[in-house]
Amino acid sequence: MAAPEERGRSAFQWPDPPDPDKYSACVHCGLCLEACPTYQELGLEDQSPRGRVYLIRAAAEGRLPLDGALVDPVFRCLDCRACETVCPSGVRVGALIEEARGQVFAARPARGGPGRLQRLILRKIFPYPGRLRFLARLGRWYQRSGLRRLVRAAGLLRLLPPHLREMEAVLPDIPARTSREQLPPRWPAEGTRRGRVALLTGCVMDVLFAGTNVATARVLARNGFDVVTPSGQTCCGALHVHAGDRETAKTMARRNIDVFLSEDVDAIVVNAAGCGSALKEYGELLRADSLYREKAERFSRMVRDISEFLAEAGFEPPKGRIDARITYHDACHHCHAQGIRRQPRELLRRIPGLELIEMPDSERCCGSAGIYNLTHPELAGPLLDRKMADVPEGVEAIVTGNPGCMLQIMVGVHRTGTSRKVLHTVDVLDAAYRAEVETT
Amino acid sequence: MRRDASHRKMIEDLERILGPGRVLSDPLRLLAYECDGYTVQKGRPSAVVFPGSTEEVAAVVRYLHRHRIPFVPRGAGTGLSGGATALNGEVVISLVRMNRILHIDYENRYAIVEPGVVNRKLSERTASRGYYYAPDPSSQQACTIGGNVGENAGGPHCLKYGVTTHHVLALEWVLPDGEVALVGGPNGDDIGYDLRGLVIGSEGTLGIVTRIWVRLLKKPAGVRTVLALFDTVEDASRAVSEVISRGIVPGALEMMDRLAIRAVEAGAYPVGYPEDIEAVLLLELDGPEEGLEEQAREAVDVCRRRRVRDVRVASGEAERALWWNNRKTAFGAMGNLSPDYLVQDGVIPRSALPEVLARIAEISRDSGLRIANVFHAGDGNLHPLILFDSRNPGETERAVETGSRVLQVCADVGGSITGEHGVGLEKINEMAKIFSPRDLDYQMKIREVWNPEELCNPGKIFPRPARCIDRQPPLGRPASVPV
Ligand SMILES: Cc1cc2nc3c(=O)[nH]c(=O)nc-3n(C[C@H](O)[C@H](O)[C@H](O)COP(=O)(O)OP(=O)(O)OC[C@H]3O[C@@H](n4cnc5c(N)ncnc54)[C@H](O)[C@@H]3O)c2cc1C
Ligand code: SF4
Ligand code: SF4
Repeated sequence: MAAPEERGRSAFQWPDPPDPDKYSACVHCGLCLEACPTYQELGLEDQSPRGRVYLIRAAAEGRLPLDGALVDPVFRCLDCRACETVCPSGVRVGALIEEARGQVFAARPARGGPGRLQRLILRKIFPYPGRLRFLARLGRWYQRSGLRRLVRAAGLLRLLPPHLREMEAVLPDIPARTSREQLPPRWPAEGTRRGRVALLTGCVMDVLFAGTNVATARVLARNGFDVVTPSGQTCCGALHVHAGDRETAKTMARRNIDVFLSEDVDAIVVNAAGCGSALKEYGELLRADSLYREKAERFSRMVRDISEFLAEAGFEPPKGRIDARITYHDACHHCHAQGIRRQPRELLRRIPGLELIEMPDSERCCGSAGIYNLTHPELAGPLLDRKMADVPEGVEAIVTGNPGCMLQIMVGVHRTGTSRKVLHTVDVLDAAYRAEVETT
Repeated sequence: MRRDASHRKMIEDLERILGPGRVLSDPLRLLAYECDGYTVQKGRPSAVVFPGSTEEVAAVVRYLHRHRIPFVPRGAGTGLSGGATALNGEVVISLVRMNRILHIDYENRYAIVEPGVVNRKLSERTASRGYYYAPDPSSQQACTIGGNVGENAGGPHCLKYGVTTHHVLALEWVLPDGEVALVGGPNGDDIGYDLRGLVIGSEGTLGIVTRIWVRLLKKPAGVRTVLALFDTVEDASRAVSEVISRGIVPGALEMMDRLAIRAVEAGAYPVGYPEDIEAVLLLELDGPEEGLEEQAREAVDVCRRRRVRDVRVASGEAERALWWNNRKTAFGAMGNLSPDYLVQDGVIPRSALPEVLARIAEISRDSGLRIANVFHAGDGNLHPLILFDSRNPGETERAVETGSRVLQVCADVGGSITGEHGVGLEKINEMAKIFSPRDLDYQMKIREVWNPEELCNPGKIFPRPARCIDRQPPLGRPASVPV
């Protein structure tokens, strides 16, 4: 392939820049425009997939500095990958955005892009499960000690911006123990043993949705799989990749690769859409790492979302009934990033009594997008409102497969003042299995 | 681009007219507006403005007219001939924020829309009542109805149902001096001159369309979609001619050649076509249920007699949608084969297809550039897609020249140089292939009636001999055509 046309010094001067093969695949057809939530909302072409790819290319050609005109569109992208689903040329917009963010992160250590606090959290908290656990304990203490009541009564929350206030209000009660503390290193299969899998416990899932992690292991065991939960594992690094902190993400990826590959398992199972796609992209993240590239690709090939895994391996339809009407929201990192649409529905449809009512545009981003709802509330807010408006009348629960979406939709439920539940697909399946134990 | 005091003043004035957040003027952010779907020629606008109503469009246009500042209307920028590109730093008037469906009258079967409404959105909105908007350009998921009016866009189903002009009843139109006019009527025709017809397809050179009355059609009761795979293009073309000569009127009749098939199969909607197939024919019959089945059988028979390798009828909506999605993403899918493409928009007599394709293959060999072909077979609208890599020095120019030779072939067999993508910047110099200097002169006189100073979308459609010296000539082309 010919060298890119020389127009000036590329704005991308750090390792791991946006890949020229990826941006030159874009033929500027514009078919992706209307699929993009930020373009729909703002009507600006620099805030569209085509525009973003074009700007990244212009920066690589030295026509655009690593500055506001590039940084803002690149960071305002939800990384939802809706554009990738419709792009006829297979342009990897998400990967390009992440690579461009990497350049911004590397170029501006202290200001711009992610701020100092975010940087601190990314580098000093998430890579360390112990520190996360400590923060979780702190949060739980806040929720339970009476401090929260005090803070609320004193009206101190008014000091927070509205979107953070809402988040505080809906944050689920933090469980006493993280899932890593609850799960045994090896959970044996029930009945005939069909295989052995490893479970990624994640970070948010581990502390906020510990019950869902435990349910995941229980459902796997119920279907004949030994479940190991390697203790050396760490957060998947998706948040880091999204923020542009590729170096920290790579360190965490290498660690997970070492830890999981040393287990003798048939698959690495994940229950968070965002983590799943990050793990499946380790091969891509470490493509320039001669020591790890091949291992990373092997690792990525072993990764399965829980719904994908059960649909592939086959699962026992639960006999317990759950009489409820629910709707399903496709997490972007399920449908657009991993092509997972059919599998979660298959699981849900096999549950006796459960009625799945589809919502229109179920694949449109809810605005969560990692921590986007915290960094860009002005766009995340309207997206959430649109999502809530699409929830069909009369459903009792909104089911999805990603912790970020769950939190965001909890805010939505709070906003609309209904009593709907927000559940993970596995929670529902697990409940159906448990109902069968109770009825027999 | 001038970034001097007068430019600053213009930005301030425009901001005053439209209010905050409606004028984009940071030159770096404007990079994203450098071109449309035609990437060979580029120009950065001096500003992009986002009016929200007819009054705002008129106010902006009045201001620009008063100050003799040229401007370009732009919809989604999916155009394929550079019509929405601000080649010389004009002000771009973006209509995408005027995207409301204002009124739907099911009883009288029409809707009133703003120009920024995305084509497919209108069909989606009316689907639950059993209606749709018929013109279906392959870009319908993104392009705007205003842009469709600008280009008089067609689409696969226009064979039976007609192009944009057959579906637009009336228009509200801001003239290049800021006056607002209403043309057309409930039946689409005017008493006196059909100005509505004149505006449609004028590529934004006669003013800006701000409201559109469009026909809504009842969805056909039944649909049968036939897919046929052929080992030679000749057999496929003969099948097309025979279907039509038997009096069957398909809703759509589309063909792709081998290279185009390769691209779509690598795209977002692979069907699983065999790799060695030379032509895929997609034929759709629609209308009342009775009779459809026989017509489908007849079409299948015709294909069988023309040595089809495989032919079948879609098993249901899902399969039909897959076949169409595969076909409709053909242009965009070229990115799977090549970093750049240039699409041509020739019209040829259907019967000439085998000959034309043979000559295109020759041109391709000669130029060293691959050419894929997508064909609206029913109405003879051929889209050769010339694949190139703009990063290779000289290759863009070679692609442009190759395109020109391809269009010459179309003109030679008695066809035309554009079916639906418009002339824009791209085909200015090809106009001389089908029009005499006098014809062109007459057309320019019509433009002068409304746009005498060429402030509205300057430098589009017609060659500009008088002023070509102070303009960049289009890449790799003669600077002008003598008029
Ligand atoms: C993948 C792909 C497939 C395509 N398939 C087809 C097809 O099947 N059939 C077809 O006909 N075309 C097709 N096109 C071309 C293009 O989509 C159409 O020309 C479409 O009508 C352009 O709409 P737009 O909103 O993108 O307009 P733009 O590209 O923004 O503008 C098109 C022209 O209209 C003018 N214009 C825009 N809005 C207004 C307005 N409100 N008032 C006055 N003038 C205006 C502009 O100045 C410009 O000259 C395709 C393009 C792509 C990329
Ligand atoms: S990203 Fe894909 S869909 Fe969007 S303009 Fe580029 S090629 Fe077309
Ligand atoms: S990832 Fe989502 S927000 Fe980002 S460009 Fe693509 S569609 Fe738009």
